[in-house]
Amino acid sequence: MNGTEARAILELLEGNARLAAEEVGRMLGLDGSEVGAKIRELEERRIIIKYQTLVNWERFGDEKVSALIEVRVAPQRDVGFDAVAERIYRYPEVTGVRLMSGAYDLAVFVEGSSLKEVSLFVATKLSTLEDVLSTTTHFVLRSYKHEGVILDDGEADRRLVVAP
Amino acid sequence: MKNDGWRDYLNPVVRDMPPSGIRRFFDLASEMAGVISLGVGEPDFVTPWHVREACIWALEKGYTMYTSNQGLPELRNEIARNLAGRSGLQYDTQKEILVTVGSSEALDLALRAVVVPGDEVVIPEPCYVSYGPVSQFSGGVPVYVPTSVADNFQVTAARVEKALSPRSKVLVLCYPNNPTGAVMEKKNLWELAELAQARDLIVVSDEIYDNLVYGAPHTPLAAIPGMRDRTILINGLSKAYAMTGWRLGYAAGNPAFIEAMTKIHQYTMLCAPITAQMAAIEALKSGGAAVARMVGQYDRRRRLVVRSFNDMGLYCFEPKGAFYAFPDVSATGLTSEEFAERLLLEEKVAVVPGGAFGPSGQGFVRCAYAASMEDLSEALKRIARFVRRVSSGRPGREPLAAGR
Repeated sequence: MNGTEARAILELLEGNARLAAEEVGRMLGLDGSEVGAKIRELEERRIIIKYQTLVNWERFGDEKVSALIEVRVAPQRDVGFDAVAERIYRYPEVTGVRLMSGAYDLAVFVEGSSLKEVSLFVATKLSTLEDVLSTTTHFVLRSYKHEGVILDDGEADRRLVVAP
Repeated sequence: MKNDGWRDYLNPVVRDMPPSGIRRFFDLASEMAGVISLGVGEPDFVTPWHVREACIWALEKGYTMYTSNQGLPELRNEIARNLAGRSGLQYDTQKEILVTVGSSEALDLALRAVVVPGDEVVIPEPCYVSYGPVSQFSGGVPVYVPTSVADNFQVTAARVEKALSPRSKVLVLCYPNNPTGAVMEKKNLWELAELAQARDLIVVSDEIYDNLVYGAPHTPLAAIPGMRDRTILINGLSKAYAMTGWRLGYAAGNPAFIEAMTKIHQYTMLCAPITAQMAAIEALKSGGAAVARMVGQYDRRRRLVVRSFNDMGLYCFEPKGAFYAFPDVSATGLTSEEFAERLLLEEKVAVVPGGAFGPSGQGFVRCAYAASMEDLSEALKRIARFVRRVSSGRPGREPLAAGR
């Protein structure tokens, strides 16, 4: 199997993780078992990391609070930002950590069940870390698009049933 | 006077023209709820956002007036650049390109510009439903040339030659083909080009699906030596850019043809809508990536559909263009009309009977795979269930074996 075919498998699974190897094979003109073997290999190499479901919790009725926290840190000799990033991402409340260019260093995404919970986490856990110089918390008011997926209902199929 | 009496006033050519064979089926399908439709000859994608946005911007800026009859100069430049970039064809933007209201208008103009009553218009079938009727509205006489699955639905010079007479004037070609998805192999296309020159035929080449090919790139007929000036190239943005409802097409050809077509266009249509023209400029300028993305998706669906039909025991040749599969359903013992009607009523999946596109389409159905992967998978499951049921109910016959 060549690189283009492997990329096509990844693209299909990235769009729909529930596709069976057999179905992927049909779409790409490949043998199902061959695709299955390739997927296992990609999983072992951690190119495929995990199969997740994108859930709209708000529509389910759950009120979750999430925030983006800009964190400025003092980089350390040898390990740079990695050590402090690791200290931060080990907290289960933290859903994402990214090193950024610009006015601050780390973009930290935190999720909790209330404003108070998230604020307390920032005040007691994040800003007290030794190398953290400052934090700025922005609460998310509404999510419109996540990981390339529009969370709204999208555009209905308005085509006629039969057309020439 | 009874209402029917007014029919006597009608032009008999129009009065006696049967409505499109698709129509009856459309009425049936559109009354049902929960139908998965593989009967639609248009992309399931909505026009790419950057194109829609360009149109919104144009409206905000007040682009609401007529354009020149031939279309906005900038759009004609983009069309010329697009044709040159993809196939090396050179057309003069002043004299050799006309922007039309969909490629349908371009087809009408082309036939009206060259056909005089009694001229024969040679049309390979199965084909898009308009070619014959539009020829007849100009007084032309359609002469249909059968194609067959044995040739992967390509038209051969030998078959066209058999249909020629001293009155033959125009050959209408549509490759990649609706409804079969066939593309022309180079050898067949060259032989056809030689025949057209030897027998002095004008070719109206409808290349609306030229971007949607899954293998060798499309060769425009006009790119074959000697063919440029006797070919009227018809194209548009509907299929490749998912812009069917915008009604934006174009024709390219020698100055005499384009001038004549422009004359009809200026008296009947004035110009294509400026909003659609503004959107088309954006699409041609920077829509390449979006087209490539859509083509990639069609290709995956195409493989799925073709393999699924073959697994059901319904032979489906590999369509290398457009977004149609054209499986042979005769193994079920049903005609294509019966197959399509029962499939719709019993499993709520709409396909179009091949006979609607000409007699050579009998025994086949057209399945457009321009549908979401989820819909497509579900539709294929239902079709497989239907085929199993129909074929197991046939007395004295084994259920259909897989493959062929």
